[in-house]
Amino acid sequence: MTRRHLLPLVTGAGALAAGFVLLGLGLALAGYDAPLAMSALWRGAFGSWDAFISATLVRAIPLICIGLGLAIAFRAGALNIGGEGQFLVAAIAATWVGLQVGGWPAPLAVTAVLAAAMLAGALWIAFPVLLKLKFGVLEVISTLLLNFVGEALVSYAVTGPLQEARHVYPASDPISVAARLPVFGGSRLHWGVVLAGIIATLLWLGFTRTAWGFRLRAVGLGSRAAATSGRIPVRRVLGSALLWSGALAGLAGGLEVSGVTYNLYQNLSPGYGFTAIAVALLARLHPFGVLATGVFFGALEAGAQGMQRDAGVPAVTVSVVEATVILIVLLVEARARSGWRFRPATELAP
Amino acid sequence: MSEAPALELRGIVKSFGSVQALRGADFVLAPGEVHALLGENGAGKSSLLHVANGMFPPDGGEIRVNGQRVVLHSPGDARSLQIGMVHQHFTSIAALTVAENIALSAGSHAARQGAFKRVSERALAPKLRADELSVALRQRLELLKALATGPRILLLDEPSAALAPSEIEALLAEVRQFAREGGSVALVTHKLPEVFAAADRVTVLRQGETVLHGEPVSTQTDVTLAEAMLGASGRGATPHDQNRRAGQVGAEVARIDDIVIRSGELIGVAAVEGNGQRELLRAVAGVERPGPGRVRVTPGTVGFIPEDRTTEGLIPELSITENFVLGRDHDPLWSRRGRIDWGAARRHTSTIIQEFEIRASGPDAAVRTLSGGNQQKLVLARALHARPSILVAENPTRGLDIRATAELRRRLQEAADAGVAVLVYSADLDEVIELGERVLVVYRGRVSEAPAGADRQTVGRLMLGVGT
Amino acid sequence: MNAALLATGFLAAAIRISTPLLLAATGELINERAGVINLGIEGGMLAGALAAAIAAAIAGPWLGVLAALGTGMLVSALFAAVAIGARANQIITGTAITLGSVGLTGAIYRSAFGVSGPALSIPTFQAARLPLLHAIPVLGPALFEQPVLTYVGWLLIPLAGWFLFRSWWGLALRACGESPVAARAAGVPVERVRMLATVAGGALAGLAGATLVLAQVGTFAERMTAGRGFIAIAIVVLGRWRPLGVLLAALLFGAAGALQFALQAMGLAAPYQLFLALPYLVALVALAGATRKARAPAALGE
Repeated sequence: MTRRHLLPLVTGAGALAAGFVLLGLGLALAGYDAPLAMSALWRGAFGSWDAFISATLVRAIPLICIGLGLAIAFRAGALNIGGEGQFLVAAIAATWVGLQVGGWPAPLAVTAVLAAAMLAGALWIAFPVLLKLKFGVLEVISTLLLNFVGEALVSYAVTGPLQEARHVYPASDPISVAARLPVFGGSRLHWGVVLAGIIATLLWLGFTRTAWGFRLRAVGLGSRAAATSGRIPVRRVLGSALLWSGALAGLAGGLEVSGVTYNLYQNLSPGYGFTAIAVALLARLHPFGVLATGVFFGALEAGAQGMQRDAGVPAVTVSVVEATVILIVLLVEARARSGWRFRPATELAP
Repeated sequence: MSEAPALELRGIVKSFGSVQALRGADFVLAPGEVHALLGENGAGKSSLLHVANGMFPPDGGEIRVNGQRVVLHSPGDARSLQIGMVHQHFTSIAALTVAENIALSAGSHAARQGAFKRVSERALAPKLRADELSVALRQRLELLKALATGPRILLLDEPSAALAPSEIEALLAEVRQFAREGGSVALVTHKLPEVFAAADRVTVLRQGETVLHGEPVSTQTDVTLAEAMLGASGRGATPHDQNRRAGQVGAEVARIDDIVIRSGELIGVAAVEGNGQRELLRAVAGVERPGPGRVRVTPGTVGFIPEDRTTEGLIPELSITENFVLGRDHDPLWSRRGRIDWGAARRHTSTIIQEFEIRASGPDAAVRTLSGGNQQKLVLARALHARPSILVAENPTRGLDIRATAELRRRLQEAADAGVAVLVYSADLDEVIELGERVLVVYRGRVSEAPAGADRQTVGRLMLGVGT
Repeated sequence: MNAALLATGFLAAAIRISTPLLLAATGELINERAGVINLGIEGGMLAGALAAAIAAAIAGPWLGVLAALGTGMLVSALFAAVAIGARANQIITGTAITLGSVGLTGAIYRSAFGVSGPALSIPTFQAARLPLLHAIPVLGPALFEQPVLTYVGWLLIPLAGWFLFRSWWGLALRACGESPVAARAAGVPVERVRMLATVAGGALAGLAGATLVLAQVGTFAERMTAGRGFIAIAIVVLGRWRPLGVLLAALLFGAAGALQFALQAMGLAAPYQLFLALPYLVALVALAGATRKARAPAALGE
């Protein structure tokens, strides 16, 4: 850990601490038993080995996957705010494929499901990419709007073509056993966690050791110089960065269906696409950092469930913590950029 | 003189970081006169005007307006003291109309509206958007904007930089008119002809100090002024010494229209802004696409030094090494099959840093910590390291001080001596004539070649299409 | 006769639906013209909606409007402090604000009223008839029998136009959006102007939320804005950053929303999710058509 890594770490830790202080204050002000709520939060996330494995880590996986995708996009300066929609659409694709591959050998079935999910995620962001490259539409808006369309699609799927056989609940049938990711021991933790770790490593190598990773960084920090002096095809780099981030968000959706829920229903995502933004930013776009922040925010979400259960605090409150974290990180860096020697969040440390 | 000077700057000292721009400069502007402030690039003329305009507080010295000591905290303060400034670079807003630009400068106070009305009547095309204007009209807009606040002191910072000789005439006429109506004008320039054409008195700055204090122009000559500007060994711009290096010119490496460019030549390109020289040169550099068939380049590496080094040449947030690799991320020196060996890249960069004497803390320093001159050296070093057959440079000495400028010119010459075909476009006509063993002129997108040994007047006329 | 009634009904619905969009978009127009793109507008709208619901339940719709205005201003002031005051990235700041607002409003609503608690009973704005005008056949009842807030929205358009293009401060604001450097050189206090523009935009976003609750839906629900704030941003682009264009674009989206009801009334068999997704798809297509030709303020987002 060099000195360059130290400063962002301190900022991150500080932002998290501030977020929690705010949460505690807010809870107290709202009349909740703040200590009870905070300890319920802790227990929900880290209270037991089982809590850690089956609640925290399980929730961390989609956050890590989407966050890694965002790391690619943000590094190139492309703002994919549509992770939510890409996740959902991929879940639809994963569910559909999962229902078809009953007779297949398990490894093949799982691969098919995950591949379909990644493809769906990439396709869902392909439209915004087209709009951006051909019409100059800001990808922020187009990816954002498609989130809502994705939600509508899920709603349609589970009340229509993919609805379970008895047509009672707005949910799909469970996918075939062959298409399900194996779990570890008796927990809910599935092999997706290994995949997440592998992807993080590959991405780190890619960012630090390849021309591809260098080009992403160059485009993100100086697209004009990258084009003129770097002779880099900026549009192609941006487009492919966005497509990859869509694919990884899609993978998250596939992993969720194939490893956790085994079926599709509404509100499948408690806002993973948005939380992943905080995950990526707090990790300063470092793939290994994303692993850490992903686990942390997974803990937050798991703890939130516990907090709701044991102390009656609505789980959705944690988005306030997430938002606070993002704002503080943004603030500190912006001040640092104008005042001190520092590196901006959309730039990578290694 | 019985009345107090309109503007008086005494003993102004100002440093920017480690660079000392002004070391106790004096300038005294009498009412109703046009007073030229002369000096080489980097002598401190612009800095002195900026101090007078309230943009930077001086580190030392005092400012007096109409005899009263004043302290200026902002251009707003200067404005309220009836000091107006015309900047070197266009500050009008492209999307707003001429009238809107003038109204904006006039300010919100109703009192200013009187001056605004008078000035807007002189605007030639009030409803046109600023970016639809020609360069000369845009410069005129700058002047009108400054006049809109009803100033009595006008500070002009190299107002003719982008204009052709006859357009400069028109501008100077306006300036003289302003002085005749009672205003005082400080005219910053580094062009001697303007001084004789328009000014009553002249002050010369050299390296941040005043070396000639407000002498009447009638007592000065080309020679005396040049000597003051450049020091004892100063001369005006003389055309490139044709005898310097005959017989080392090589094979053809490029062709623009029917003009041939050979390896080892140092060619200057002269043009008034907006005549298509940028597009043509960038086509040679492979950065832009030319019109069909106009530019032919024999296959090979072409180096490019863009005009704006911080947005097009370098990425300031990245390190020197990373910037060095920019554009060559597949070079076998540090790359194999898409992977980059940063250790090797760093080593090569360190060698370059030494070879080109780039002042930096190391190959990992961020480029934004380098001075302008060192940044430009990096851009040049990177371009040359790829062993190009052609090197295209756009205004390579822009914004550099005298020493950096001289060094860069020397390195360009060395590159040519080593066999690279060097094409240099500079908005500074004198630089083009001095550097280039051949001079190409671009007018309305068409290229022609000036006769060997052509002087300023000849080239200037070609730039305006006179006599073609 | 039936056709006339249908047309009137459709128009009336289109206008009613367009009002929150119009208000939010007008606000966003002001701050985008100053160079600020505020994605937190969705959050401001939602916060304003909740504030309006609670305040109105306590003391009537006009207090709801006041509360919404204040809340919208607060949310956008927070955004302004980070994005303009500290110069952080405007897009990410706005996204964070919206994220936080969704969470906060959800948390407050749930803790106050429970997940499936009784809907708030909120006094709403009834349609206000404009004398004489509302008697015009077909158009009259549609245009001139709207809640007061709709008329407010319409009034704001010529006001915005006058301000932006006929006043010196409007010129200064536009200068901030085109070239903050040049504006500063001309003496315009760029940061202050941008912050004021953003807060004004936030007030209108809050008002839009109030309209949604008090003049359209009649109650509050979590995430009820459903991306209307983002659609408002698309409306600004579609309207080419001009007040009249914004009005027309907002009406277009109102029509798209009204279409949903009309088609369902006509018995068209299509899944309701299609209508749900329609506004967003329309926005995307419209953006594709508009962005190329539209000239955004040159310094937007910087």
